[in-house]
Amino acid sequence: MRRFSWFNATSLTFGFAFLYLPMLMLIIYSFNESRLVTVWAGFSTKWYGELMQNEAFLDAAWVTIKVAFWSSTLATILGTMAAYIMVRAGRFRGRGLFSGMIYAPLVMPEVITGLSLLLFFIAVDVDRGILTIVLAHTTFAMCYVSVVVTSRLVSFDNSLEEAALDLGCTPFDAFRSVTLPIIMPAVISGWLLAFTLSLDDLVIATFTSGPSSTTLPIKIFSAVRLGVTPEINALSTIMILLVTVGVISASLISRSLAIKAKADERKAEQQ
Amino acid sequence: MAQPNTNVVFAPWDDPAAKPIIQFKNVTKRFGEFTAIDNLTLDIYPQEFFALLGPSGCGKTTLMRMLGGFESPTEGQILLDGVDIGPVPPNERPVNMMFQSYALFPHLSVWDNIAFGLKRSNMPKDQIGDRVEKMLKLTQLGKFAKRKPHQISGGQRQRVALARSLAKAPKLLLLDEPLGALDKKLRNETQFELMDIQETTGTTFVIVTHDQEEAMTVASRVAIMVDGSLAQVSTPDQIYEAPNSTYVADFIGDVNLIEGKAAAAKGGMDVHWGDHQPPIHITTDKPLPAGAHCHFAIRPEKVSISATTPKAANVVKGTILDIAYLGNISTYHVEIASGVIFKAQTTNSKRLSRRTFTWEDEVYLSWTDTAGVVLSE
Repeated sequence: MRRFSWFNATSLTFGFAFLYLPMLMLIIYSFNESRLVTVWAGFSTKWYGELMQNEAFLDAAWVTIKVAFWSSTLATILGTMAAYIMVRAGRFRGRGLFSGMIYAPLVMPEVITGLSLLLFFIAVDVDRGILTIVLAHTTFAMCYVSVVVTSRLVSFDNSLEEAALDLGCTPFDAFRSVTLPIIMPAVISGWLLAFTLSLDDLVIATFTSGPSSTTLPIKIFSAVRLGVTPEINALSTIMILLVTVGVISASLISRSLAIKAKADERKAEQQ
Repeated sequence: MAQPNTNVVFAPWDDPAAKPIIQFKNVTKRFGEFTAIDNLTLDIYPQEFFALLGPSGCGKTTLMRMLGGFESPTEGQILLDGVDIGPVPPNERPVNMMFQSYALFPHLSVWDNIAFGLKRSNMPKDQIGDRVEKMLKLTQLGKFAKRKPHQISGGQRQRVALARSLAKAPKLLLLDEPLGALDKKLRNETQFELMDIQETTGTTFVIVTHDQEEAMTVASRVAIMVDGSLAQVSTPDQIYEAPNSTYVADFIGDVNLIEGKAAAAKGGMDVHWGDHQPPIHITTDKPLPAGAHCHFAIRPEKVSISATTPKAANVVKGTILDIAYLGNISTYHVEIASGVIFKAQTTNSKRLSRRTFTWEDEVYLSWTDTAGVVLSE
């Protein structure tokens, strides 16, 4: 153990304060009795109750979840396909260009992505709504999925797939019954990443949403322009809670799986 | 099982009526500029245990991958039972492969790994179970059927890989360095297991290895490959005792190679070498023409070492430089007057309380007129 030092303790405190103090403020004021956000007037949960009555927020939340679900699912399918093909295709002319084009949207400014999508949707005359947001989120989340899945596929032992072919699988069957189950953890984390990216996207959604399809970030952003209400604090607190529970349970599950796998290997060695 | 008549030697390669199961016909494989296999022709017969032996990069793995269907020949044909299998994809070939890394499916149990190929054949469901049980019994894996590959040891994984590749009863089984990942003791045991299984199932095995001891132990015939071509294809004893080139002689085991010139002699030939050295007498019915440049090759264990002049066809005198004691045998490095170093091996059949010879001793090396071979290339 290292000895306690004032320097370490101070830097730790400042670091965490920098990260979490704003969120802590938000959570505390969501339990404020007063309508004024910055004046403390006693503990109350009434804003949570009012939030549940607010149809506009609930609708927006539902739209957001639908968009996130469909766009992340589509992005996962397309991103996994792109990753698989780029890793398996081997060397060919223009390979660098192709893989660069898959990753380019990662560094493209969101405003430009949003604007180009808007112009495209207008050009092909598609009514803006949930469908257009799903498509827009799919395009930019797909490259994130592809990055995650590629990094797993690079370390994938190709002879596993050859063994499947050798044992009578068609190439598609080999992918479905051998490759996919093995790279599944990467595919799932790609999906989760795409889901969270879609959940908190404001810029692209603003460009591609229509009058009937307001997502939660758009709703919060426009509501805040008229002044922050404790209702928004309550909504944000719920979102923080959901994300925290999700992250902690995901890490607990993966840790217990890792411990189990290690124990199994030790058992095997002892035989 | 009917015992085959032990007087009949299994040697279909000497029988002109025997039909090969695999025929390579002038096969060439190029990867870009690089020629991995160079105009290779080879027949492999049913029930053979055929070993492809060579240094890394000699093309032995490419040859095997072409049999498995993972590479296709640039030129030439590969026939299986007389049918060209060039255009047949791996999943439609009656050939299975055991991979060097074993390539066990980590998400499936041992049982499901073995059943994997059967489920993709048109075998009825109830027979699959029986077949898997049979394979588990053959490879003594019954206890581990429900385990996942990472829950068993390396030797057990190797057996699962073997069981999985044998489950579909392929016409031809390909083994790519099957024992490379095992330690020496386990490897030796497993070699004999492999031979037993090959004999029990009657499957034709083609094994790729860089371990010559392994190839010599398991194989009915060994092909020595070098730079995409076959240097020699023959039985292990022929490869060892009658190599056809200095490359093969040097590649397999230990050998003394002496450069010299052929000369005619009664009943055979002589090889003149070194200044002031007696010519080496060889009895052979195929002497090289007089004056031809050649190499005399003799294995160290065929060279005797003694303190007094022995009575033998060939005797040379030298000084012991080095002694390598390996437990069961000792190898002596003896410098002969002309500066050539000879290796002589003796079996340590008695306990070594006192060495007969020691460093710097003057000794005589001798061998008979049939102990070595003369190689023209």
